[in-house]
Amino acid sequence: MIGNFPYITVIIYIGCGIYILMFQKNLIKLAIGINLIENGINLFLITLGFKKGAVAPIYTQAPSGQSMVLPTPQALTLTSIVIGVATTALILSMAMMIYKHYGSIEVNEVRRLRG
Amino acid sequence: MKEMSRIVKIVTNFIYGFIIIFGFYIIAHGHLTPGGGFQGGAVVASAFALLLISYGQMKAKKFLNINIFSLLESCGLTMFIVVAFLGLGTTFFYNFLANSGSWFGNMVIPGINPGDMNTAGVLPLMNIAVGLEVFAGLGIIVLLMADGAEYTKKKENAENDR
Amino acid sequence: MKKIIFGIAFIVFFSFLVISAINMRPFGLPTFSEMDDYFIENAQSEAGANNVVTSIVFDYRGFDTLGEATVLFTTIVGIVALFRRVKK
Repeated sequence: MIGNFPYITVIIYIGCGIYILMFQKNLIKLAIGINLIENGINLFLITLGFKKGAVAPIYTQAPSGQSMVLPTPQALTLTSIVIGVATTALILSMAMMIYKHYGSIEVNEVRRLRG
Repeated sequence: MKEMSRIVKIVTNFIYGFIIIFGFYIIAHGHLTPGGGFQGGAVVASAFALLLISYGQMKAKKFLNINIFSLLESCGLTMFIVVAFLGLGTTFFYNFLANSGSWFGNMVIPGINPGDMNTAGVLPLMNIAVGLEVFAGLGIIVLLMADGAEYTKKKENAENDR
Repeated sequence: MKKIIFGIAFIVFFSFLVISAINMRPFGLPTFSEMDDYFIENAQSEAGANNVVTSIVFDYRGFDTLGEATVLFTTIVGIVALFRRVKK
């Protein structure tokens, strides 16, 4: 079971993210929770493509005689990281606009649709 | 936001150019070493964030112009799409410059080799286009958020004084 | 009362995650790797790049990168539209 340590780290990340989304009421803390879930998923994607005793998949001055790690999950994780950055930027700007309009940032007090 | 002390300003003056050059190095060597467009663009955008933190928002606004960043970002995405359309003879994203002998087209020695900069066809052009878009885009985000926070704080202070 | 129901739901969900993490296949032995073996063999002759990951991102799967650049551009247009001030 100690060999599965990266997967246990991933579920700690996702567990903390889900806990924050269920039990907190501040908008900035909700943004941190969403960011934690996305980072956990990115970590899971790149731990799926590991081979024992292999090196990075780059041919420039690589150590000779060893196999290479699978490169496809790394390419898909790059896209996912950029989309995570875009989501976090948008949700934080909306939090700033809500504070400017309503005066508070708790989720309980911004319920009614005002003009 | 307030500006920081004199030591921070002197170190920022010294190190700001090196961070931008390091970011452009990562973008330009994307087909030989680990890196590429997205990673190098994020490094260059962190130089703009350093300038914004250490000099305060009022002084940094005179130095970093949002209209130039907007123009650079649009140029980056347009260049990416134009380079993708140029290989339309065979298919949409075709690498028409690889192994061809013209502008980025040397052959690569197969196996482990010290890298040659003149290889890999369309890839350096796409790296530069995406790097331009990412660093201009992240620079716009950081500058707009700092400006909005300053505006809200001034309005709050004006209301509290009344 | 609501907090107790949320707490029980969270514990059930987390136990699913723990059971699946313990029963995953061992770390470091991928099951299917034919596509990646093809990429590692032929990326130097077809795309001409030493970096296999960059040649996947921009040459073999360039369409995903086009979609991602569009998502980033649309997000920045949205943020600029949010922070616009109404001139009186």
